[in-house]
Amino acid sequence: MAEEIGRGAEAVITRDGDRVTKWRRPKGYRLKPLDDRIRRERTVMESRLISEARRCGVPTPIIFDVDNFSLTMEHIDGIKLKDVIDPALSEKAGELAGRLHACGIVHGDLTTSNMILKDGKIYFIDFGLAFHDHSLEAQGVDVHVFFQTVRSSHDSSEELVDAFLRGYARTYSRAGDVLKRVREIEGRGRYL
Amino acid sequence: MGENLDKREDGRTVVLGLEGTAWNLSSALVDEEDVIAEENATYVPAKGGIHPREAAQHHAEHMAPVVKAVLDAARRDGLAIDAVAFSQGPGLGPCLRTVATAARALSLRFGVPLVGVNHCIAHIEVGKWKTGATDPVVLYVSGGNSQVLALRRGRYRIFGETLDISVGNALDKFARQVGLPHPGGPKLEALAKSAKEYIPLPYVVKGMDLSFSGLSTAAAQAAKKHDLADVCSSFQETAFAMLVEVTERALAHAEKKEVLLVGGVGANSRLREMLNIMCEERGARFYVPEMRFMGDNGSMIAYTGLVMLKAGVTTSLAESRVRPGYRTDEVEVRWR
Ligand SMILES: Nc1ncnc2c1ncn2[C@@H]1O[C@H](COP(=O)(O)OP(=O)(O)O)[C@@H](O)[C@H]1O
Ligand SMILES: [Mg+2]
Repeated sequence: MAEEIGRGAEAVITRDGDRVTKWRRPKGYRLKPLDDRIRRERTVMESRLISEARRCGVPTPIIFDVDNFSLTMEHIDGIKLKDVIDPALSEKAGELAGRLHACGIVHGDLTTSNMILKDGKIYFIDFGLAFHDHSLEAQGVDVHVFFQTVRSSHDSSEELVDAFLRGYARTYSRAGDVLKRVREIEGRGRYL
Repeated sequence: MGENLDKREDGRTVVLGLEGTAWNLSSALVDEEDVIAEENATYVPAKGGIHPREAAQHHAEHMAPVVKAVLDAARRDGLAIDAVAFSQGPGLGPCLRTVATAARALSLRFGVPLVGVNHCIAHIEVGKWKTGATDPVVLYVSGGNSQVLALRRGRYRIFGETLDISVGNALDKFARQVGLPHPGGPKLEALAKSAKEYIPLPYVVKGMDLSFSGLSTAAAQAAKKHDLADVCSSFQETAFAMLVEVTERALAHAEKKEVLLVGGVGANSRLREMLNIMCEERGARFYVPEMRFMGDNGSMIAYTGLVMLKAGVTTSLAESRVRPGYRTDEVEVRWR
């Protein structure tokens, strides 16, 4: 029997042995045509990019099956990075993000809820908002999203941010330019 | 302006608050229990969007009567004022300066402390006060801001926000482009009610961040080919679904159980309905204050000033310069 093991913002995750099914449930607050479009597009993108990311050297769950609004994939029996992050792990996450960006993939929701630690290895999950993009802007926003969640959810966040950047710079040659863009994004006037 | 007011000995704290970061100039008097008085004067541009200097001019012209109304209420009830609170930012520089100048003068005149209040935090605090929400994820949507926040370890942390323009700004821009009279939001909402068809528009969510500038441009384009009611409705449906989605993402990530909606765009009933559905589906509680506390109002500044004062947080003259880019997460929340 499949049991529910996780519930993110979008999806319900059920486990059956060593496989999990991620089902994007309908959102009653969205009009049906919009809701169907979003859930379908994200499911398709996720299945594609999760596999592509692995080929770029970023650990991700293996995908077994794709349906209209659901995916079946390998169960990563670990713990969310959110619950265990420290500078060493943040640095590793940075390395993986660097590899992803070097490969032309932007994750789109780079948070510590979307990384799982298992046997000392970090897996990236939740590629529903991922897309292909080589631009500094897209990569900058990706890194900005990571920093924002680190700063909003974790203590000693600046240490985690610095460690992430060390890892990121190790695997991605344009890290310096991306960081400049991140600073610019942070400083953008949000008022009128 | 007038004579000094007598101090009372009953332990009650009374704070006068001044708000004027953008359109609305508002002064209010509150105590721990409730709002005692509030007076407003709203700037309406002759045409187009807000002109900062014109708005500041408006605030300067209306300052005396708006303040007098609440001082009269204090005198009528025999109340002494314990502090003067003002919104220090974020907001439009010229408007902020007009308000700060008046606040400094009132504080000197009554010989009471000045309390500089962060405008965004005031929206949140008055929302909590008036709804009883205790630890919510806050969706703050207005002409100037679109943010998702939550309190963690003494600061309102920003989980997500717009990467370009605010949702209110996008709504106004679109409304102007299709020729709807100001204020655009309510007109758009009314028109949307007779829509028949959904027109796909750009839906841009990045993690917990959002972007609205592409949406308002695409909607203005769509209005050239499609029925205006359909475009208005599709604009709302798209923009609000994005907001509700990031709110849900913050709820999931921060593992919280309450949502509080604040800010002027919160007046839109479709947005409230959508948030309510999301909360029901997620098993979270949804809180929304009365309409008068949603938009910019003096009561929220006065109330936040009051809780800050009671926690011993006041602002010296030297620290009272305005802060147009004042960030929510800069403020140490020492009163909770
Ligand atoms: N392959 C997996 N193996 C183990 N746990 C998973 C896996 N995929 C998702 N989860 C768990 O389910 C949660 C939600 O999944 P996620 O893909 O992030 O969905 P959402 O888009 O709703 O955030 C994750 O935070 C994680 O705890
Ligand atoms: Mg997730």
